[in-house]
Amino acid sequence: MLDRNISRRILLGGIGTGAALATIPAWAQGHSVHSGHGGSHSRGGPRIPAGFGELSGEIIDLTVGSGHRIVEGRRGPGIAVNGSVPGPLIRLREGQNIRFNVTNNLNADTSIHWHGLLVPFQMDGVPGISFPGIRPRETFTYSFPVRQSGTYWYHSHSGLQEQSGHYGPMIIDPAGPEPVEYDRDYILLLSDFTVLDPHFIMSRLRTGEGYFNRQLSSWTDNYPMSGEERRMWAEMRMPATDIMDIGAPTYTFLANGRGPTEGLEYLFRSGERIRLRVINGSAQSFFNVRIPGLPMTIIAADGQNVRPVEVDEFQIGTAETYDIIVTPGNAEAYAIVGESMDRSGMALAMLASRPGARATVPPLRDPPLLTMADMGMNHGPADNGGHLNHGGMDHGAGKEEPAAGASHNMDGMDMRDTSLLPPDVAIGPGVDMVSMAPVDKMGDPGLGLRDVKHRVLNYRMLAALEPNKDIREPSRLLELHLTGNMERYMWSFDGRMYSAVSDVPIRFAWNERVRVKLVNNTMMAHPIHLHGMFFELVNGKNAAHQPRKNVVIVQPGASAQFDLTANEPGDWAFHCHLMYHMHGGMMQTVTVVGPGGAK
Amino acid sequence: MTGRLSVITAAMLGAALFAMPVAAQHAGHTAPAPASAPNTAPPLTPVDPHTGHAMPADPADTNDPMAGMDHSHMNHGTAEDTASVSPGPTMETPPPPEAGSGPPRAADAIWGADAMRASRDDLQRTHGDFNVFWFQADRVEIQIRDNQNGYLWDLQGYYGGPTSRFWFKSEGEGSFGERIEDAEVQALYARAVSPFWDLQAGIRQDVSGPSTTHAVVGVQGLAPYLFEVDAALFLSHRGDLTARFEAELDQRITQSLILQPRAEVNLAAQDFPRLGIGAGLDKIEIGVRLRYEIIREIAPYIGIEQSWRVGDSADYARALGKDPSTTNYVVGIRFWF
Repeated sequence: MLDRNISRRILLGGIGTGAALATIPAWAQGHSVHSGHGGSHSRGGPRIPAGFGELSGEIIDLTVGSGHRIVEGRRGPGIAVNGSVPGPLIRLREGQNIRFNVTNNLNADTSIHWHGLLVPFQMDGVPGISFPGIRPRETFTYSFPVRQSGTYWYHSHSGLQEQSGHYGPMIIDPAGPEPVEYDRDYILLLSDFTVLDPHFIMSRLRTGEGYFNRQLSSWTDNYPMSGEERRMWAEMRMPATDIMDIGAPTYTFLANGRGPTEGLEYLFRSGERIRLRVINGSAQSFFNVRIPGLPMTIIAADGQNVRPVEVDEFQIGTAETYDIIVTPGNAEAYAIVGESMDRSGMALAMLASRPGARATVPPLRDPPLLTMADMGMNHGPADNGGHLNHGGMDHGAGKEEPAAGASHNMDGMDMRDTSLLPPDVAIGPGVDMVSMAPVDKMGDPGLGLRDVKHRVLNYRMLAALEPNKDIREPSRLLELHLTGNMERYMWSFDGRMYSAVSDVPIRFAWNERVRVKLVNNTMMAHPIHLHGMFFELVNGKNAAHQPRKNVVIVQPGASAQFDLTANEPGDWAFHCHLMYHMHGGMMQTVTVVGPGGAK
Repeated sequence: MTGRLSVITAAMLGAALFAMPVAAQHAGHTAPAPASAPNTAPPLTPVDPHTGHAMPADPADTNDPMAGMDHSHMNHGTAEDTASVSPGPTMETPPPPEAGSGPPRAADAIWGADAMRASRDDLQRTHGDFNVFWFQADRVEIQIRDNQNGYLWDLQGYYGGPTSRFWFKSEGEGSFGERIEDAEVQALYARAVSPFWDLQAGIRQDVSGPSTTHAVVGVQGLAPYLFEVDAALFLSHRGDLTARFEAELDQRITQSLILQPRAEVNLAAQDFPRLGIGAGLDKIEIGVRLRYEIIREIAPYIGIEQSWRVGDSADYARALGKDPSTTNYVVGIRFWF
């Protein structure tokens, strides 16, 4: 066996070759980046390199500055923490105290939100909810005890800065031993790069329907849709191809800040156990992650340990994290493929047995299509416990199945039967669809992965490793409807955009145990994120082992439930983590009353 | 490979309830015992008192090293089981009074209400109902026809939020070498009345011919089968009532090549001899344009359009020595930003 004492616990963000190689620690280059250049999304200013260094200790200084990034020869706007994209790896230890001194060298306000961290609410970093934000030239000090361990990340919660690079990885080592052994410890932070100003993207999403989708259905496409199905989608004024609002070539998908041709590699020796901490730090992208030839054992989700589960592929929604263990064999290299959910592009990295070793990269698979089930149209009373029964998986009907369902369902079918909504949902132009028979799809592996031949992760396969502390039966149900209007690009909870409910929080009593049911009345998958607390997915496990998460993907036309113990007092952001959906209105404040009682 | 995975599994399960039997099961493997086993065993998995099932929930999860590998195809993942494994309420109820009321103001107590105000306003302003500007030159074209070639413009745009907008529109056409035939501008306020439809109201000013001001009421939006529809009633300051109905449909041939059939119908409630318009159906236009989007915003096009003056309007046209039926070959550009 290999000598674990030597190679154990090397942590690297991977090695970049070629243009993106950064030999100087990223933060050391901070000064050149932060020399007072203007606007938050200009393409001017100094070049911001890809990749990141590592910071640890009890006091960490961070600086947010602007510049430009070049990915695969394309120049785009950059906002960087300590001069690199992603920002530096922040590595802490459970039980320590931390002070972050964050200096803003932008010409606009900024912030850092510590995604998934249990912090006092005023340290959570959401301007307008938890604190006033950090003004230009100001230094703000975050300080809090580190109460947890695992894989997390941080990002701006100001404007659209996340799109331009304001994000970075964070690891908190446990106070005790890790529950799993490994020889190498790597970070794979997936994200999306664009040459465009994110404000332009936001505007085009509102005004130019399908603007960023280069896979729209057409007379000459290869989609397995019948004429009848195409007419049906047209009649409903819904695009079956709206898998992700933004895909390639608008986006280049990044692995640790590097494009797929920019050679991110992780070294290994055959037989080593490698921990790969996969973070989806993108603004608006879902990825389907696989390593052809290598099974992956999921050991943590959103920073929380889960019972190991072996899969061949998993979907990672925006802002989710998964820790996996892989054991490379004798091949010279293995490709780590982060295919975008719409299959317009991929983030790519290599597990390499020697520098420069390369594995064959599989071609992009055919883009998936939405089906009638994604409109909440389901056959029968339940969906067999959440696993997908459309797409012909169990019926042997192949691609014809949705069409058959459609034709048989379309007569007198109301895609917007608002009588199905509870009275607390505001019905208006912002609700273009009502899911007819939403079912729990915790067992759904995600769009595009429902009919792949190998083992794919779904939420039902996750179980908390350490038992949950609070296993009380929830005392009440809170039902929230995810609503939207694709054409107007309005997104909301219960039909009200944040702009309409900024003063109307979702309220929880102190230590209240609540089951939250999210019903998706849209045709898009939404990664819903709660700040400040973990919740436990109601996924068929017993209460003690329901997996703890801070992001839950609610599948199109489906529902998802989580249990929450409201034991972190204060005001918290609660939103769709697709950045442009959040700005489109899918956000609300959650208020947890403190132990002192109602204010 | 399998052996290694078992080792990992065993290590992980070492922290769980059934560590001992599982570890024993894998004792034959060469890997060292996990160093990371916790000092204290976690409490027994609670069996929920509400469940009718006697078994500890999901035994496969704790005993099977491949736990959770493919639950979707196992029997224990049904909706009924979900309810029994982790019971909870199924009817929504309001929060208890202890949850409090009023706006979220926790941060005011820390930073001060004044310090928070600007960021609160900004968050409210930028998340949902914010204004955007859109301008579209739907048709800017040269019309090639038998006698006198002509030109046409058809512009529109708005400024506003997703459900409340200020619209402007302008249309005009004429023949080269002649006085401009028709030209109008419209200023409208629009409110969304349904997901796909705006109700518009405002004024229209004709800037060629006899100066005329109209009150406008219309609807604009996306009809089933993706027809872009714009329909409006015009009441002039002289009391004349006219109507216009336009529909366009984008047929995507490739990602960049788009065929757009278009139809327009003009109606009048009474005769307007001065304008050469007869009561009833006045004018019908049917055309098709093929455009190529160089970028989404810029698309040159070619097309053909047939227009007919109908009924009394046709008579007026003939009286002026004009052909009531016109075929135009068009070359133009569509752009927006």
